[in-house]
Amino acid sequence: MAFKHLIGLQDISKEDIETILDLAKSFKDVILRPIKKVPSLKGKTVVNMFFEPSTRTRTSFELAAKRLSADAVNLAIATSSVVKGETLLDTVKTIEAMQIDIVIIRHSVSGVPLYLSKRIKSSVINAGDGLHEHPTQGLLDIFTIHEKKGKIAGLKVAIVGDIMHSRVARSNIWGLTKLGAKVRVVGPSTLIPRDIEKLGVEVFTDVEKGIKDVDVINILRIQLERQKKNLFPTIREYAMLFGINTEKLKLAKPDCLVLHPGPMNRGIEISPNVADGSQSVIEEQVTNGVAVRMAVLYLIGGGKKDEDTSD
Amino acid sequence: MKTLLIKNGLVIDPANNIEEKLDVLITDGKIEKVTKNISDKETKIIDAEGLVVMPGFIDMHVHFREPGFEYKETIESGSRAAVKGGYTTVCCMPNTLPPIDNQAMVEFINLKSKQVGLIDVLPIGTITKERKGEELAPIGELFKAGAVAISDDGSCVANSEIIRRALEYCKMFGIPVIEHCEDTNLSTDGLMNEGYYSTLLGLKGIPKAAEEVIVARDIIIAGEVGGKLHIAHVSTEGSVELLTWAKKKGINVTAEVTPHHFTLDESMLINYNTNYKMNPPLRTKKDIKALKDALKNDVIDVIATDHAPHAELDKDVEFSAAAFGIIGLETAFPLIITELVSTGILSLSSAISKITINPAKILNLKKGTLAIGADADITIADINKEIEITEDFFGSRSSNSPFIGKKMKGSIEMVIKNGKIIYDKGVLK
Repeated sequence: MAFKHLIGLQDISKEDIETILDLAKSFKDVILRPIKKVPSLKGKTVVNMFFEPSTRTRTSFELAAKRLSADAVNLAIATSSVVKGETLLDTVKTIEAMQIDIVIIRHSVSGVPLYLSKRIKSSVINAGDGLHEHPTQGLLDIFTIHEKKGKIAGLKVAIVGDIMHSRVARSNIWGLTKLGAKVRVVGPSTLIPRDIEKLGVEVFTDVEKGIKDVDVINILRIQLERQKKNLFPTIREYAMLFGINTEKLKLAKPDCLVLHPGPMNRGIEISPNVADGSQSVIEEQVTNGVAVRMAVLYLIGGGKKDEDTSD
Repeated sequence: MKTLLIKNGLVIDPANNIEEKLDVLITDGKIEKVTKNISDKETKIIDAEGLVVMPGFIDMHVHFREPGFEYKETIESGSRAAVKGGYTTVCCMPNTLPPIDNQAMVEFINLKSKQVGLIDVLPIGTITKERKGEELAPIGELFKAGAVAISDDGSCVANSEIIRRALEYCKMFGIPVIEHCEDTNLSTDGLMNEGYYSTLLGLKGIPKAAEEVIVARDIIIAGEVGGKLHIAHVSTEGSVELLTWAKKKGINVTAEVTPHHFTLDESMLINYNTNYKMNPPLRTKKDIKALKDALKNDVIDVIATDHAPHAELDKDVEFSAAAFGIIGLETAFPLIITELVSTGILSLSSAISKITINPAKILNLKKGTLAIGADADITIADINKEIEITEDFFGSRSSNSPFIGKKMKGSIEMVIKNGKIIYDKGVLK
């Protein structure tokens, strides 16, 4: 399997997702070794173009590229060309003219990675666009669930929080439903986007019903500024109604996993004892993120599997 | 005496209930005779066998961008686009820079229109000073200078009291108040119709309610204070229902729909193509059905293009930064034929009334008719000829059209303005 871009999990097949997950497994072995590097993408250049602040995703991609021996460059673009009035396309084309192979892009506007993929020669990986998709986050969530549960098909997964503004939710929904999970979205009715059930999910506004007997809870970060737009009355009320604490967690299956894409608002959408509890796999998600991103970079960068295992 | 004789064409003149193979004789820029078998050996004869002969089209909603945004369009390039689309009269919206909110600006548009000399470009003045929605513009002064309507198009008049006073005040002049219906509290930051596709694409939605609450508000006000209310670019089924109700009640309200709103739906945004980004946004297939029904039963009186030229630099950008709107003058007639006439939704005569006599009546223009003595503004078309929309075809300075590459039926063959042939088989004279 080879594909040129990764824009979203909507566009790729179940088989492609499985290939990425399989490959991520072998890369996880690599990064747990004392020498965490393979030569797969030696000579390739990867640019991290982040038009939105990000620490974990950017670092994760950078490490993934470096561990594949690619040259990785980070650009924090919010502070450079854009303020000078250059168009997005000009900025990206300028960087591309320096002979780049893969552009990893994070942008606050939905559709930007697709837009660029049609206008530049390099491969484009979406590192999160607006409210649209965050495919590598979706993949790493699925990888983490699969690693712990040994399967995806048939699992009940609840995604809890601000579904409307969440690209993580959308990528999770696409990926998980393709692999046969039963996905529910849970959140205040003002943060459930119109017609979301047409994506094959069940909608709950009562968190207690929504997480009852589920195998996995993926808790989304609540953006505090949403409150100012009257999407919910107070942070306190949000925490009371939708914050996942030990008590609520008891409603789920006893071995229910707790995921969070981070960064967390402790005490709001997730209580500290849930975040740090035995069911939490939040730190493993971060480790797995590097492995999954290595797999994606490897497949898009055209690395060869045989070379990799023989470092 | 300069004369011109159009022979053997199917004359469609809804204003006079004519739909018959007749000859049209033009003398000194006016319609002299419309009857069978006119013969005049002195005259230049146009053979319109197999073609349709109609009053020159009227578009009551275009943006010609001059002054202020000449890189998108000028009165000259817009006029060329109009002629290619079969239009001999257009009304340009006042959201220019500066806006058409005073006498001098109205005169500027009239002057430019005359200098270009292709078609009639009639100015629409603003409702409020600087289109800010705060104080009434000098409407009487605008009217005296030649404004045919007032509108803050591009923005809605948010203050109900101001729209009330505008409707009341305009009764003195008999000109319509054209409202762009949008409650911006509901539509802020919206990029497309709110629904399944906005959820899928992660783009902030514009609910139908944003349009409908203002349609409802305005017709209720018009019902109480009178005046001539015209609703621009109706896009939803709900608005159609409200208009149906208002018309039944006898409220003096008229409405227009754009060709893109009765042709395209929200699902076409799937690849974030900014040529599908407009305001009001493309809605659903169900809304399209309602709009077509409304055209059929005359709840919607007019088809207007909302011709909104934008340069590549306004459109070839990230979706949220892209300008709203598409050009429409050159594609309107083929879309009307293909989507409405060929499909049997409208008779040819009824379709033509919505781009001729109906807008003329709303705007008090002595146009849109082939009556004896009327200005000889005539459009001749081949409604069976298939054309392919290409970028080269556009007379507009911009080419922001989602219809490029599409094939449609309905070709404008000739345009006559004041008895002069200004367009003949693809060539501007």
